[in-house]
Amino acid sequence: MAEEKKEAKIVGFLCNWCSYGGADTAGVSRFKQPTDLRIIRVPCSGRVDPLFVVKALESGADGVLVSGCHPRDCHYSEGNFYARRRLEVLKRFLPFMGIDPNRFEYTWVSASEGQRWQQVVTKFTEQIHNLGPAPKREEKSDR
Amino acid sequence: MTDREEKISELIKNELNNVDFFIAYGRGYDPIHVKPLFVYEEKDLDDLVMNIFCVHNNASYLKTVKDKKVGIVVKGCDSRAVVQLIQEGLINRDNLRIIGIPCTGVISIKKLKEKMDISRVTEAKVESDSVIIKTSDEEKRFEKDDLLADKCLWCQYPTPVIYDHLVGETIEPSRPKELEYKIVEEMEKEDLNVRFEYWNKELSRCIRCYACRNVCPMCVCQDQCVMESRNPHWISLKSNITEKVMIQLIHAIHLAGRCVSCGECERVCPMDIPIFKIKQKMNQIVEELFDYKAGIDLEATPPLYTFQVEEAKIKEREW
Repeated sequence: MAEEKKEAKIVGFLCNWCSYGGADTAGVSRFKQPTDLRIIRVPCSGRVDPLFVVKALESGADGVLVSGCHPRDCHYSEGNFYARRRLEVLKRFLPFMGIDPNRFEYTWVSASEGQRWQQVVTKFTEQIHNLGPAPKREEKSDR
Repeated sequence: MTDREEKISELIKNELNNVDFFIAYGRGYDPIHVKPLFVYEEKDLDDLVMNIFCVHNNASYLKTVKDKKVGIVVKGCDSRAVVQLIQEGLINRDNLRIIGIPCTGVISIKKLKEKMDISRVTEAKVESDSVIIKTSDEEKRFEKDDLLADKCLWCQYPTPVIYDHLVGETIEPSRPKELEYKIVEEMEKEDLNVRFEYWNKELSRCIRCYACRNVCPMCVCQDQCVMESRNPHWISLKSNITEKVMIQLIHAIHLAGRCVSCGECERVCPMDIPIFKIKQKMNQIVEELFDYKAGIDLEATPPLYTFQVEEAKIKEREW
């Protein structure tokens, strides 16, 4: 029997209008996808508080993916513009705290881009598998 | 009383009718400890001091007195907090009377403590570039720069950016700006896992007293703070490293583009955790990405409250 890779814990925050639709399209089109991603549907990428990402990572997720509508295509017209600023700040901030920035990505996938969704998931899952399980924080007492 | 203290006293006396009270600096229990002074009537002014030991950021009180008319004595760095609060509409400029104090730096008591026993200080004075501390059995002289708080060594705003009255002459910034993010850059020379372990070690000492949050002039949510809320339940009451790290991550993220680098969070930390580094990293990111510094311009919008359709410096990954 071929050696089975242990599944990684990956959390995905997908906007209801584009990326969730895109993932659905990928499913309907029967594109093969890795199964490590747990999807959480949010109304808009602008709903994604950077704390969602941080909390997921601190609670033991190996990776977090945020995906929304392409800029200019937001269902609420500007939600993803705010999200872009917040998530970019977060992405640059994580390594300072010792968290690998590759454990977090944000990207844009529209509802028609089933193929692209397949690529995004495959690539991100692969990236997380290469990084391995997230390191666990341990209390250090020097008192 | 020094000339400067006389002048401040005089100004407060004249302004006292226009406000409910004034927040200034007052004598503490010994010459090196100053405390915030709340002036309600003229006789309260007897305790007023203004010296190199006035470390507090008085603007931290403004969030608790939103609807009152308040007078406040601010240094350059403190004034940025006032600007930021007004800019975000959290306090009303018309309710404020501001006395600005051009400042050449304040002493870090933590640094002083490392150099001598400060339990019995009888006298402290400044002579040009040195600080003289007398105790009952010794007299020590220090270079002023060796004792200044870190933030003063790269200070770019020695003169308050907002004031009604300025006491003394405007001071041009003379400290090297390059030093500003030095503590961050040094940290970044280390590997990712070294940093990971560093924060685990430092933050393990956290006793979750929330002093960093309480003193922060920008932490305006008060009782609504997500760190204490049960719904949403962002952090539990468990005393473990995950929660302790989470606290600092929340603080940093909520301050992105708003932190005015006053360094109060680190100054008040009873466990001496270097949390100001985290804030400075966030400030560096915001400055890099949006060319923005908080608390300078009354008309500006904090960068995370707005956006550009084409972001100049954000290159989104094409996946």
